[in-house]
Amino acid sequence: MTRPHRLVGLWLGVCAWAMALPSGAVQRFPRPDFKTDYVSPELLLPGPGGPMLEVLDVAVLAAALALAGWFALRQRSRQGLLLLTLFSLGYFGFWRHGCVCAVGAVQNLALGWADASYTIPVTVIAFFVLPLLATLFFGRVFCASVCPLGAVQELALWRPVRTPAWLNHTLGLLPWVYLSVAVLFAATGAGFLICEGDPFVGFFRMGAPFHMAITGALFLVASLFIGRPYCRFVCPYGALLGLLSRVSRRHVTITPDACVQCRLCEDACPYGAIRSPLPAAAPEARATGVRRLALILAAVPLIAIAAAATGFVFGNFLSRAHPRVALALEIHREAANTAQPMSLEREAFFTSGLPTEALYNDARTIQGRFAVGGTLLGALLALTVGAQLIGLSLWRSRTDYEPDRARCFSCGRCFAYCPVGRKPQETPK
Amino acid sequence: MTTPPQTDNAPPAGVTRRQFLQNGLWGLAVAAVGAITGLAASRSSRSSHFWQLDPAKCVQCGRCETACVLTPSAVKAVHAYALCGYCKLCGGYHQPQAQRIDTAAENQLCPAGALIRTFIEDPFYEYTINEERCIGCAVCVKGCSQFGNGSLFLQVRHDRCVNCNECAIARVCPAGAYRRVPADHPYLLKGSPEAHA
Repeated sequence: MTRPHRLVGLWLGVCAWAMALPSGAVQRFPRPDFKTDYVSPELLLPGPGGPMLEVLDVAVLAAALALAGWFALRQRSRQGLLLLTLFSLGYFGFWRHGCVCAVGAVQNLALGWADASYTIPVTVIAFFVLPLLATLFFGRVFCASVCPLGAVQELALWRPVRTPAWLNHTLGLLPWVYLSVAVLFAATGAGFLICEGDPFVGFFRMGAPFHMAITGALFLVASLFIGRPYCRFVCPYGALLGLLSRVSRRHVTITPDACVQCRLCEDACPYGAIRSPLPAAAPEARATGVRRLALILAAVPLIAIAAAATGFVFGNFLSRAHPRVALALEIHREAANTAQPMSLEREAFFTSGLPTEALYNDARTIQGRFAVGGTLLGALLALTVGAQLIGLSLWRSRTDYEPDRARCFSCGRCFAYCPVGRKPQETPK
Repeated sequence: MTTPPQTDNAPPAGVTRRQFLQNGLWGLAVAAVGAITGLAASRSSRSSHFWQLDPAKCVQCGRCETACVLTPSAVKAVHAYALCGYCKLCGGYHQPQAQRIDTAAENQLCPAGALIRTFIEDPFYEYTINEERCIGCAVCVKGCSQFGNGSLFLQVRHDRCVNCNECAIARVCPAGAYRRVPADHPYLLKGSPEAHA
């Protein structure tokens, strides 16, 4: 911006008396003594809306979870679940704009745990805990018809393509990676990764930055053909829910009664969550299985140590995503190179008048936290992979077709495929 | 754990053991969720927090206008009248190259025509903000801070802000001016609001 030339004199003339005032005055031009009875307008400061809406959100969440459990377990009604899905999409999605959501709430908990100055809103705790509790009792009914992100994908699924089991298992590890990196980011104050990576919040708000709009569109197109790609391969909260769902008190069953092994439901699940029966005996010698298990058990600690070391290095790399570290690195790099145009961040820092050394110290502290977090993250991920490997190498006999509790969203698609439940309709009169 | 259950033995015994394990894990999971809740509750507050920007840190970069999830942004210019000099030539209102000191559109800085200039008494003019028009671009704030008292500044207006879990502007603010403030003090004002009451 160019400085005023022509008008400077006039301006000074208008406010010349201001200059004559004592230099101690903070204001360049003090408030005039009005001769008329002028009164300044009131500065209106509208407060935030009351907590009523948040209380309503929590109440609706609790009611929707209970209703979803009732539809899935007691009523066995796909229609009821679908109606609830539509309601949740409308309420939590398009009306409440998908924020605050259970998926992102884990970040607030991480931040609250790491940063003593941040207090976690009660609403956020409720959004985090209620679906977990519901999962412990009913399985992943939250995913079925309460989560607005799940709702978009559930309704968008048009021509399901079955993805192979090996791909499901491999990509199924991604949510754990995402979860641990997001928790690391939130705890170190680098930002809320899950919020920024939210695929559909742009649709709910009818507006998004370019990268979020593109991500959202890609996920939407993918979910036309692949069942719930975000839920299965990305959602960090789904990883937690899947873990808890394994030990849930009750869970959706494919058949309302005894399974007759008709195989009709085998292809019903677009999410690869139906496990077919397995014979009692493993198709290999017992010694082979034992040797493999021993090998895995021996390898897991080694993998964990290697992963922790990798995490240490990777944490240092990740720390560049933190704005303070990025700024410190930039200032350090550009210290000699003054020809470069100044970034807004650098300009703002120099305007603030803080010493560079303070920034460097900040950045070092943050980098240290990232290194510790990265080490833990690596070890934890290795243990997750190890648990997955152990689970895959154990032979568990199954007599019936049953849902894979960790992967089943309790959507109820399989209900209609089971002939056992359909008997009354098949025999008229 | 490494020795698999003897399947050719009595199956009911295996079932009960699995059931026992299942129950134990369930109890463990409930305890874990409970512990997390307790830990979170110890760090929680009844009142919510809201995003606000500190005008003392603001560098008027203009990202408040573009980064907000709302269009137009929930950030608006506000005017601390107590700090205003009521100048005839206003650094926040007039173009630096203005031909005349009047309200003609070509002389105004504000791209949205949101700053209203009203004559009070010679030579003083009052400047008010039409919030419906304001886009939060901070052009007037920059002008006022550079050439005037800095009585114009930006604030998140809580009647518009949807209070995202992580503010999209806070994410890109080059000065780190955004922070969460308690609900009972949702504004960070220049001067005191009581000064002109």
